[in-house]
Amino acid sequence: MTAGRYGRFGGQFVPETLMPAVAELERAFDEARADEAFTAELDRILREWVGRPTPLTDAPRLAAAVGLRRVTLKREDLAHTGAHKINNAVGQALLARRMGKHRVIAETGAGQHGVATAAACALLGLECVVYMGTLDMRRQEPNVFRMRLLGAEVRAVEAGSRTLKDAVNEAIRDWVTNVRTSYYLLGSAIGPHPYPAIVRELQSVIGREARAQHLERAGRLPDVVVACVGGGSNAIGMFAAFLGDDAVRLRGVEAGGEGIAGGRHAASIVGGREGVLHGARTLVLQDGAGQIRETHSISAGLDYPGVGPEHAFLSASGRAEYVSREDAEALEGFRLLARTEGIIPALEPAHAIADLAHVRGRHGADSEVLVCLSGRGDKDLDTAIARLAP
Amino acid sequence: MTVAVRGADRIARAFARAREERRLAVLVYLTVGFPDRDAFPALARAALDGGADVVELGVPFSDPLADGATVQRASEVALRAGVTVDDCIREGAALVVERDVPVLLMGYTNPFLRHGYQRLADDLARAAVAGVIIPDMPAEESAELDAALAPRDLARIDLFAPTTPDDRLARLVPRARGFVYCVSLTGVTGARARLGEDAPALVARVRRHTALPVAVGFGIGGPDQVRTLRGVADGVVVGSAALDAISRAAPSERAGALRSFVASLREAAAP
Ligand SMILES: Cc1ncc(COP(=O)(O)O)c(C=O)c1O
Repeated sequence: MTAGRYGRFGGQFVPETLMPAVAELERAFDEARADEAFTAELDRILREWVGRPTPLTDAPRLAAAVGLRRVTLKREDLAHTGAHKINNAVGQALLARRMGKHRVIAETGAGQHGVATAAACALLGLECVVYMGTLDMRRQEPNVFRMRLLGAEVRAVEAGSRTLKDAVNEAIRDWVTNVRTSYYLLGSAIGPHPYPAIVRELQSVIGREARAQHLERAGRLPDVVVACVGGGSNAIGMFAAFLGDDAVRLRGVEAGGEGIAGGRHAASIVGGREGVLHGARTLVLQDGAGQIRETHSISAGLDYPGVGPEHAFLSASGRAEYVSREDAEALEGFRLLARTEGIIPALEPAHAIADLAHVRGRHGADSEVLVCLSGRGDKDLDTAIARLAP
Repeated sequence: MTVAVRGADRIARAFARAREERRLAVLVYLTVGFPDRDAFPALARAALDGGADVVELGVPFSDPLADGATVQRASEVALRAGVTVDDCIREGAALVVERDVPVLLMGYTNPFLRHGYQRLADDLARAAVAGVIIPDMPAEESAELDAALAPRDLARIDLFAPTTPDDRLARLVPRARGFVYCVSLTGVTGARARLGEDAPALVARVRRHTALPVAVGFGIGGPDQVRTLRGVADGVVVGSAALDAISRAAPSERAGALRSFVASLREAAAP
């Protein structure tokens, strides 16, 4: 495959103004990756500040509840700032500094990427501007406060559905305007090349650790690896290490919202069609005229009408399977993990937890299943309080 | 019915006439369906009455990431009215038949992709629309669309920006058809008070690689900037400022306001 193409997906559908910038970014990342001083510093920060490696936790009571032989959880919820997003944010922030760009722009949905970026910028002394839809600002209010506390400027986005998609638009407009001085720190495996490749590389630490930990713990690889898919960064970070293990099934769980049939969901692979959004050709939720549809998910982090191009490719090739779980199921998963294992997950990976009973149906009760627990649920308590009887 | 004059010829003719008259060609962008479906046709004609040489019909898109607030809002209004690629082609066809003018569609990749590139080429040729401008489709991503457009002699107008390096210009500008579109500033569309400082240098860099006419757009706010471009470019593109002129006027005076605004651009375009 040529750089930046995943079969017929991927590419660089960006305004001409940005074409030199994406080329510069690709060069800079390739150089950084080959530079031992850079990778050593990233490793040190991941260890000393992010808290890596994150543990692998056996979840026997959860496994019993869903009828699976074994479930293990990769604990990205224990990473600094509460989600996997920090792996990518700190890596790209280091890259920004190396490129001499002292102003960082980011978009955020759930606020986890915004918080991670704000924290990384504080650590490295970079200026940070985060775009966030006003609907998301309301439903993830604690994260707005966190970002501001960390010194970031949070800019409210009123346009469109006032969620992640609109925040990305606004961040790209800022980038087009300030491309000479600013670094766009994209938070998922989406966007124009080289972003899907950069984010995958920086998140692949999840799968590398988890694969080794599972081998050591269980003496074998898992049968199924499950991760939630918004833009797809935690999932691709997890899947990357297992792509060469043909016997390991890879399973992405999208946000089914209020149901695929009714159209109020955010499942771009399950319910989308090929299109171009935010710089990449991928699977997109759109109407018959090619307008991007408004999406719905109870979890702000999955509430996005596109998906990383590599996932579109893995779905088309059949190497990975993608399903969706609805809001109500995710809330059940949220409660189930809390009650069985004493862990309150974010609503995003709660979709993956909710999928486990279906994994049993598809792959058998004898399966050993590894789940990416991409983040913790503190940010979602307001939503849960409104929706769950205690 | 086949139209004898191809759209691309109309573009060449418009720039040639402007050159003969020793003035800049004036290209006016209007979002189709703004401020509403019924008002739009009269506005497109008002722009021509005011002296527009080329009309760019804006195809509304839900996520116009190269556009500033004015075009974003106009697109939202048009989408609420349900404006599609088909509608835009129909408006273009009517303008060509009635006024024998060059028309281009300007819009984002996804609605064109959904319409189907082959079908788009067929429809544009039938309507005698000259071609398309797609701000989120750089030359590297255009092979599929170009393959559909080329046999029909339809142009895909590339944009070049102040950030475009010389080696890239050397590679891409010679492939341009119709005219070369230079983005005056590093940023999104939207009327600015002054011309982007990078514009003259960019036009000069572009001219080293082409004899085609060069137009400058993005950010042109009014006659003053048009005047500064005399002797620099061969044409100016005005979009957001035209939409602003429409928005500022009372509903019954919109066409008149747009006509006067375009006439003021035309006046500034001549010595
Ligand atoms: C905890 C958590 N998991 C998952 C996601 C979804 O993003 P991605 O699909 O890129 O992993 C988010 C996004 O905000 C998140 O906060």
